[in-house]
Amino acid sequence: MNTSSAASHGHGHGEGMSLNHFISTYVFSKDHKMIGLQFLFTTLLWFIVGGLLALGIRWQLAYPWSDMPIIGGRLFSAEGGQISPEFYTTLFTMHATVMIFFVIIPILAGAFGNYLIPLMIGADDMAFPTLNMLSYWFMWPAFVCIGISFLTPPYGAGGGWTSYPPLSAVRAAAPGSQMAQTWWLMGVTLVGISSMMGSVNYMTTIIQMRAPGLSMFRLPLTIWSMFITAVLQAFALPVLTAGGFMQILDRMLGTGFFLPEGLVVNNADMITGGGQPLLWQHLFWFYSHPAVYIMILPAMGMVSDILSCFARKPIFGYKPMVYSISGIAGLGFIVWGHHMFVSGMNPMLGMTFMVSTMMIALPSAVKVFNWLCTIWGGKVEFTTPMLFSLSFVSMFVIGGLSGIFMAATPVDIFIHDTYYIVAHFHYVLFCGTAMAVMGAIYFWFPKMFGRAMNETAGKWHFFLTFLFMNGTFYLMHILGAVGFPRRLADPYHYETFKHLLPMNRFITWCAVGMVTSQIIFAVNFFYSIFKGQKVGRNPWRSNTLEWFAPSPPVGHGNFDAQPIVYRGPYEYGSPEVDTDNYPQTEPPPEGVEPSDDGH
Amino acid sequence: MTVGRFWSLLFLLVPVLGVAVFVFAVVPGGIFDNHWLPEDISQHGKVIDDLFMFILYLTGVIFIVTGALLFWFCWKYDAEKNPEPVKFSHGSHTLEIVWSILPAAILLFIAVFQMDAWAENKMAYPTKDDGKTKKPALALVTGRQFEWRIQYAGPDEKIGTEDDLHVVNDLHIPVNDEVVLRVQSQDVLHSFFLPNVRIKHDLVPGMQQHVWFQTKKTGTYDIVCAELCGWGHYKMRGRLIVESKDDFEVWYANAVQEQNRTSNNVDSDN
Repeated sequence: MNTSSAASHGHGHGEGMSLNHFISTYVFSKDHKMIGLQFLFTTLLWFIVGGLLALGIRWQLAYPWSDMPIIGGRLFSAEGGQISPEFYTTLFTMHATVMIFFVIIPILAGAFGNYLIPLMIGADDMAFPTLNMLSYWFMWPAFVCIGISFLTPPYGAGGGWTSYPPLSAVRAAAPGSQMAQTWWLMGVTLVGISSMMGSVNYMTTIIQMRAPGLSMFRLPLTIWSMFITAVLQAFALPVLTAGGFMQILDRMLGTGFFLPEGLVVNNADMITGGGQPLLWQHLFWFYSHPAVYIMILPAMGMVSDILSCFARKPIFGYKPMVYSISGIAGLGFIVWGHHMFVSGMNPMLGMTFMVSTMMIALPSAVKVFNWLCTIWGGKVEFTTPMLFSLSFVSMFVIGGLSGIFMAATPVDIFIHDTYYIVAHFHYVLFCGTAMAVMGAIYFWFPKMFGRAMNETAGKWHFFLTFLFMNGTFYLMHILGAVGFPRRLADPYHYETFKHLLPMNRFITWCAVGMVTSQIIFAVNFFYSIFKGQKVGRNPWRSNTLEWFAPSPPVGHGNFDAQPIVYRGPYEYGSPEVDTDNYPQTEPPPEGVEPSDDGH
Repeated sequence: MTVGRFWSLLFLLVPVLGVAVFVFAVVPGGIFDNHWLPEDISQHGKVIDDLFMFILYLTGVIFIVTGALLFWFCWKYDAEKNPEPVKFSHGSHTLEIVWSILPAAILLFIAVFQMDAWAENKMAYPTKDDGKTKKPALALVTGRQFEWRIQYAGPDEKIGTEDDLHVVNDLHIPVNDEVVLRVQSQDVLHSFFLPNVRIKHDLVPGMQQHVWFQTKKTGTYDIVCAELCGWGHYKMRGRLIVESKDDFEVWYANAVQEQNRTSNNVDSDN
């Protein structure tokens, strides 16, 4: 594919092992598999950081202004071991920033997109391997920027992950709005650059480099969802990048894109503006609402593949699934205003966005029905990846249905900015996407490392995570129904919310349990890389092309024989053959007419 | 019990416990007493609460049905228990059409059904008794880090004149009257949230906006800031004091007297 690929051709032992070789194989690698693994390890590390930040938030909500046990004295010596209100704003800002920009988006597109796209379409690598390498390494300046932003004294960025001006754009508005907010903006912009490089690469690769016989409608849904996600990113990201630069200019050079005239913040000098704070909200959500689908579509794709594989049955309604992914993506561009129903935006506009938002529930509903019918009449094997995928369906229903409440504008007046919203998006992003990602790790681990993860430990991991996450997030619906607001360091001095402390304590202890359960996963993950049971090419008896390659795939180039595709990816239980799977690469037996995929 | 049975039952727990939690919350008494929509003291709130409950019942049915189906398919088609061959099927056009049109109709119905409530709340600016002239604002509410500044228009019904009354954090209003408030922000975004009145509106610097509502019960309630406005966001708490018309007038007269006394003192100091 290119000159450097020879260096990483798997003869990395004995005399061939030099420093240059090590760097080109494990550091500045252009092999999509290594880049995918780099993304995977990095994002899992950030997952730990994001989880611990969440526990900080939960501590404050359960035991406000009390000393944090063990680590409190060290972390907040100035406050006598308590979380200060300033630090609380930094905590939830950083929790969201880390989870969204450093975990969910890069683990889906960066880790699984990179690892799976070439393998599942039967290609040797991405279309642009160098660009691919850069997309990973552009994450590091972003890590540095956000790290500096977090650690800048006296407090890190505290404008929320939405960074609404004027709070974020005026330096005097918040303690963390000094340099910390500027570093934050630069960090997020760099993540955008990394995603953009990835998305160009994915689109080109999927369009140009499919194996012979692999037409678009023979692609696995994982690839379809990665493709649509890449399109979403390519069209939505420039708007956020532009907005980010405008906010940096407002902060650094005194422009007034988002600042109106005559603003007096914190007794500082009056600001000469002429801009509009709502403009930022429009630009931000024009990206960030499609980004919500960037954070769920690939998970939906992977879940579809896993469900079909362990139901031993074709996915129900393949084409409707593809159309509904596209429908979600298309509608995703015209619903951003539902984040702004009570923002002071023209209420007429609110009505329009309400109708489009209601309609976006439709393709999601179609997907749920198709998943259910995929299991119907199958032979369900309750493996760990299957359990995570089933729970994705179960949990996504909750997250999807709670969305209808906030799409209803009059109801949104009451529940906007309450824990109802927090419950909603954690059901979609954690109980949905993160569970799908866990399932995907268990599913593709044998391909990545040639060894399987331990099933018993995997099931314990699933069971405990499933219980604790529902204990954590489900009751947040109830908090939201009382009107319990988000982002308050101490909501209990309001008469209306005083009595909610016991419920918050319960939620906090469930959250502690949920984070602790992940230790089982971490131990299983690292143990299995080295000591896990060795497996062959296709341990799950799957159909798609990546299982045609050796486990792990050979060096830089993936396949030891050219895959040729004869059919769609979901021909499980086909009457044409005796086995219950029918790989895409398997030529049809003598005398059998090639099927037209059954669609 | 096979492994598959165990996991199927775990998934059955989701709709069972999920519904139970909401039932405990909605029905008064029990462990979740008072863990539901806070007392509604407004005239328009019932529409919002009813819509909330309507969507809750509707989504509740879908939640139970999908949850039950997931359980049943896992239970029935467990590979260890199900001797029948796989139903080899790629889908059904009829089903796809049915489950596209049905939800679409329901969603459109909800969308159209609620439009009036939204318009009433955000678009139908109240008028005076003559039905033509716009009702003037009772007061101007200004959000600033981290307090609510309230400026009553006074007898001339104009904000920004000599006879205005200035108060901090305590918003007194007469019960049963239709109250119009002009809202604005002096520094960053805030959100004027009255949980008991089902009102929430962001205060945007550079924009003057109006909210209106009618209460039906006297008492003291919370004014909450619902949009992140800085480190002190959590303590930006005001009080909404709903009083009888007479009490309101007594309070108003006293407050004006107090204001004049203090400002006279200030004048004599100079």
